[in-house]
Amino acid sequence: MVNLTINNVPVCVKEGSTILEAARSIGIKIPTLCHMKELSELGACRVCVVEVKGMRSLVAACEYPVYEGMEVYTTTQRVLNARKITLELILSDHRKDCLSCERNTNCELQRLAYKYGCDANKFAGETRNFVYDDSTDYLVRDNSKCILCRRCIAVCKKAQGVGVIGANERGFKTHVACAFDMKLVNTPCVGCGQCITVCPTGALKEKEEIVRVQEALANPDKYVVVGTAPSVRAALGENFDQPLGTNVQGKINTALRYLGFKKVFDVNCTADFTIMEEANELIERLQGKGKLPMFTSCCPGWVSHAEKNYPELLPNLSTCKSPQQMFGALVKGLFAKKNGIDPRNIFVVSVMPCTAKKYEKKRTFTDGMSDIDAVLTTRELARLIQENGILLNELPDGETDSPFGEYTGAGIIFGATGGVMEAALRTAASVLEPNAPYTKLEFDEVRGLDGVKEAVYRIAGKDIKIAVVNGLKNAKAVCDKVKAGESDYQFVEVMTCPGGCVMGGGQPIKATFVKHKNEVAQKRASVLYKADKAMYNRRSHKNGSVLDAYANYLGEPCGKEAHRLLHTSYSAKPAYVKE
Amino acid sequence: MDEKTLRKIKERLGADIAARQAHLAKQNARFERQVLVCGGSGCSSGNSKKIYDEFEREIKEKSLVGKVNLVMTGCFGLCALGPVVIIYPEGSFYANVKSEHVEEIVDGHLVGGKPVKQLLYKETVNENGEITPLADTDFYRKQSRLALRNCGVIDPENIEEYIARDGYFALLKALNMPRDKIIEEVSDSGLRGRGGAGFLTGRKWKFTYDAQSDVKYVACNADEGDPGAFMDRSVLEGDPHVVLEAMSIAAYAVGANHGFIYVRAEYPVAVHRLQVAIKQSRDAGLLGKNILNKNFDFDIEIRLGAGAFVCGEETALMTSIEGKRGEPRPRPPFPAVKGLRGKPTLLNNVETYANIPQIILNGSKWFSSIGTEKSKGTKVFALGGKIHNTGLVEVPMGTSLREIVYEIGGGIPKGKAFKAAQTGGPSGGCIPAELIDTEIDYESLQSIGSMMGSGGLIVMDEDNCMVDIAKFFLEFTVDESCGKCTPCRVGTKRLYEMLCKITDGKATLEDLDKMEELCHYIQDNSLCGLGQSAPNPVLSTLKYYRKEYEAHIVDKVCPAGVCKSLIRYEIDPDKCIGCNLCARNCSANAIRGTVKKPHVIDPEACIKCGICETVCRFKAIKKVGGKV
Amino acid sequence: MKGSNLPFQGTVEQERQLRDKLAELKPQGGALMPALQYAQELYGYLPYEVQKIIADELNVTLSDVYGVATFYSQFSLFPKGKYQIGICLGTACYVNGSGEIYDKLRNVLGIESGECTLDRMFSLDATRCVGCCGMAPVMTVNGDVYGKVKADDVEEILSKYSAKENKNNG
Repeated sequence: MVNLTINNVPVCVKEGSTILEAARSIGIKIPTLCHMKELSELGACRVCVVEVKGMRSLVAACEYPVYEGMEVYTTTQRVLNARKITLELILSDHRKDCLSCERNTNCELQRLAYKYGCDANKFAGETRNFVYDDSTDYLVRDNSKCILCRRCIAVCKKAQGVGVIGANERGFKTHVACAFDMKLVNTPCVGCGQCITVCPTGALKEKEEIVRVQEALANPDKYVVVGTAPSVRAALGENFDQPLGTNVQGKINTALRYLGFKKVFDVNCTADFTIMEEANELIERLQGKGKLPMFTSCCPGWVSHAEKNYPELLPNLSTCKSPQQMFGALVKGLFAKKNGIDPRNIFVVSVMPCTAKKYEKKRTFTDGMSDIDAVLTTRELARLIQENGILLNELPDGETDSPFGEYTGAGIIFGATGGVMEAALRTAASVLEPNAPYTKLEFDEVRGLDGVKEAVYRIAGKDIKIAVVNGLKNAKAVCDKVKAGESDYQFVEVMTCPGGCVMGGGQPIKATFVKHKNEVAQKRASVLYKADKAMYNRRSHKNGSVLDAYANYLGEPCGKEAHRLLHTSYSAKPAYVKE
Repeated sequence: MDEKTLRKIKERLGADIAARQAHLAKQNARFERQVLVCGGSGCSSGNSKKIYDEFEREIKEKSLVGKVNLVMTGCFGLCALGPVVIIYPEGSFYANVKSEHVEEIVDGHLVGGKPVKQLLYKETVNENGEITPLADTDFYRKQSRLALRNCGVIDPENIEEYIARDGYFALLKALNMPRDKIIEEVSDSGLRGRGGAGFLTGRKWKFTYDAQSDVKYVACNADEGDPGAFMDRSVLEGDPHVVLEAMSIAAYAVGANHGFIYVRAEYPVAVHRLQVAIKQSRDAGLLGKNILNKNFDFDIEIRLGAGAFVCGEETALMTSIEGKRGEPRPRPPFPAVKGLRGKPTLLNNVETYANIPQIILNGSKWFSSIGTEKSKGTKVFALGGKIHNTGLVEVPMGTSLREIVYEIGGGIPKGKAFKAAQTGGPSGGCIPAELIDTEIDYESLQSIGSMMGSGGLIVMDEDNCMVDIAKFFLEFTVDESCGKCTPCRVGTKRLYEMLCKITDGKATLEDLDKMEELCHYIQDNSLCGLGQSAPNPVLSTLKYYRKEYEAHIVDKVCPAGVCKSLIRYEIDPDKCIGCNLCARNCSANAIRGTVKKPHVIDPEACIKCGICETVCRFKAIKKVGGKV
Repeated sequence: MKGSNLPFQGTVEQERQLRDKLAELKPQGGALMPALQYAQELYGYLPYEVQKIIADELNVTLSDVYGVATFYSQFSLFPKGKYQIGICLGTACYVNGSGEIYDKLRNVLGIESGECTLDRMFSLDATRCVGCCGMAPVMTVNGDVYGKVKADDVEEILSKYSAKENKNNG
């Protein structure tokens, strides 16, 4: 342990702690912009500088280790003035269209500039010019607002192992961009949007579809339906000042109805469909029809990654569409028929914790129509609700509509890492051992935030070895092993985002820099596990709507009609496309 | 290679080499005469290789082989006079030699035995026409060459000549010493890092020695990037083995087995000589396994820079060796604890290493007897700018600036007045005329707002504008900033813009205060030494030449007549005879007038290139201060 | 996309040499810088195709390769022409219309500053003052200095070099 004083208050922390950590331990928050514990430790922005007795210059609290007898001062005039100038310099090369910025009132730079009483124009001078990159369907990069904290670079490379952005050139010309300043669409970017969630400003944001949804809602010829992904309910409340880990599904249902959606469905339900198909596909593969291990295919970031980097593994990917795409296909292919609506007039909106879902919507078509018409992130839904003057917190809880409003606990847990695996195992175990007196419901080994979780389950006299991966970087070891033929897995779940969909790139940003990200992940996931536990039906094949659909329309799981509506195929794609 | 072989080589060549130093030395050498041609970069660009070839051809043709020893050496220091050839035993110093002079020198001097006086450096010929010793010239008299002791003396591509000058005997001695004794010796010598801030070398060695690790590295910083500094290049070109030997000693002392030399790719001659030297050392068993049979393994790799000044910063240098963008990282951890590839790493610069073998051989007492109380030994300076003897000089710490400028440097050309000396490059500051008697060492330079830096020393006269100088260095820093931390990336850019505003005559006195505030901020907040020292050129000129800044701001005048926005050219109607020459040479068509009548300059059209002033034969055109 | 848009003309032999070198460099740490130095020596510049090979062989991201290539001033993304044209945009030349000459050169050659023509004959660089203000505007071709150039002279000057080439080839 090390003893020091911070602003004359004695502190005792463990050796190797930084000044930042020591200060936090006694309730002093030192501002940071570039720092992300373990992921990005640059000491670059200099907003966290503090005075240490005996040091010639100020030191960066985020990186400087404490030592015995150290005397730290965090709020001297020298420190406050230094931070102010740092912020003013950053502002001198930052496009300050704050009033119309996506991150207005939720911008780390704006908040600090206000706190430190900055004069935004004090150091006005040359500013850098950049191309606004809106080449993808999911993400917009606006470098004129970039403050070069490089958190996006760190998360892309270190957490996700994707590494499509980096620092280019040097000095005042330094900027964050892809190699050769290529458009993002031509790179191996998987669209996970993790960069957005760590960006302190509005330099990174999703490509908005709010306007398209509003137009559809205003069009009397359109029959607009909506479905929300499991993780949305676990996080939307954060944008309405609800504590972390509040389930707001009931209020979302009411809000969506207020907004004018004809039907309010739940993607939890189509997650149950996904399990029906995927569990049965697994069983088929276990019986020798198809390659093993089988990889899940619910996560579009992972699918894109596999298509660009692991073409050899594409036969191992489950051919099941994701719950989102199944949702669209089922609405247009089944709901429309049942209710006598021309599917061409149906406009399907999904609300997702994810940015990659925005390009996934263009992946699959049924009868020449795209399954999904618009994808809103959780953040976009929050804005839509706010824009319409709906006071979410005051709304009564609402119900979902039939038929795709009914769901089981298995569908809910899709949002947490290991959830798809657990849901599939619940069904597979029941199908394979229909007469077993007790079949396992909770598979604790696949829960939690470890990057790679492994387990072996004995089902119907057979050992099934599984792996659950979250954080795309962690997929490399598993994929390489499978590619080399050295794996003995039968089933692998891969979720691109660390923590799974609850930590997706479309989720509210606020919480991620107030709390440690693992705490956020746990709190959000706990919403889902709690909801699962409270359900009577916790296995997908117990979902009444699902059973009805198979009995009356789809036939057998993995049958012909199910394949037409609910399955897809993959093709290898180049990682980079030269412009 | 063992001790016996080393001694044999020294015995065989020692006399030859000794004869290359003393004027009219008693010749124990095996040769009648020795011709030393400078092969440093300065003289090489004057095509000294061709001169060497010409000598070689002539020597053969005139059957002097065996009588005359022709050697291509490193830099003699007096680059202003290059290409340079010295012939011993007379110690005749031939300056500005051209290949067509060679035949004359060979015939007159080597064959005829009489130095060719008209080709000699004029300082080595007295009024009576007698040749005086080179060592007595102002340039050499006050110098004491320690780091440069072999430069210009030996053939850098011949390891035996290095050995003959006690080369590798220090390593031999060190390998027989306990490791902590070596570190003690270096510590006691008081040697401080020659690359920048002057950290105690021995302490750095001790930290690396104390660090616990399976693998440690030693590295040499040869990424000399200050504009105007080239002492490291000269050492590498003239005496590469001294660096290899010193690194070996350091490696043995701190417990490393692998070394890196990070050298600028812009120094091809230095790189080549290092490669030759490393190969020779390996072949001789002085690098590699079981060196000198002392059960010590050590080898060295060269890594080339690729044009980034910031890589001279120690953490950036190591990041660059790792193959990444050369961006500095926060310290601690210091390289001695966590350096290259995360392992304890000892990093010294070239000139620092060049002192090590002599310290080991002669002892710390000998070394610490040279210099001042806190700055021991000598320092090499690269003299440049408005001074007669541009080149490389090595003087004991504590030598006054006046001695360097006026005695060694030969003073300011054209009888102009000394205005300032800039030391430390973009990290340093300006020393004004009133402080010319400052005795130069680390402390004195720092106390007057400059720094030792790597040892560039640029002299300025009355025609230099100090605001313009500050702007020049800031432009350099802006170009070379790595772009990682805010104060340096954006701060230096804004500082540069403010200086431009001043030289454009658009600034106010409030801007001056803002600029000063920004300077102190950048010093206080930047991540690495590059940023922290970037404002020094501004602060030191502000301190000593504030009036000059104020003249730009308040009076809109550049007193030195440099800043183009603040000067204008005028034609004196009394002197102008209307020859029209200026108008015909004016590239902007800004001069009007009829022939034989005084002409006028249109200040709006004039671009202030100064051609008219140059071409006027009647001194009728004058540069006048003040904004148009 | 930044970098040269000239068709990549690397040969199979060059690629083999590069891959061999990369295989040799890979085991020692920090191979990226020496790899880029070698590649630049081999190809004269560092186009997309070359950086891609380096990224794949050294198992680093293309973004990392490009980040390093643009950090150090010695690495170039553009090839140099056989004849390197410099057009001075210093003050003296600029007020005398070097801007127009620059525009003309860009038009005639179809390239921007820093780039190289399709046939690799000419590359163009806008330079700072070359110290020949008395001759403004000034352009240089491989060290030959042309003073008091007019925009109309551009074709004639260039044709001298093209003719030289035709003669060599004929």
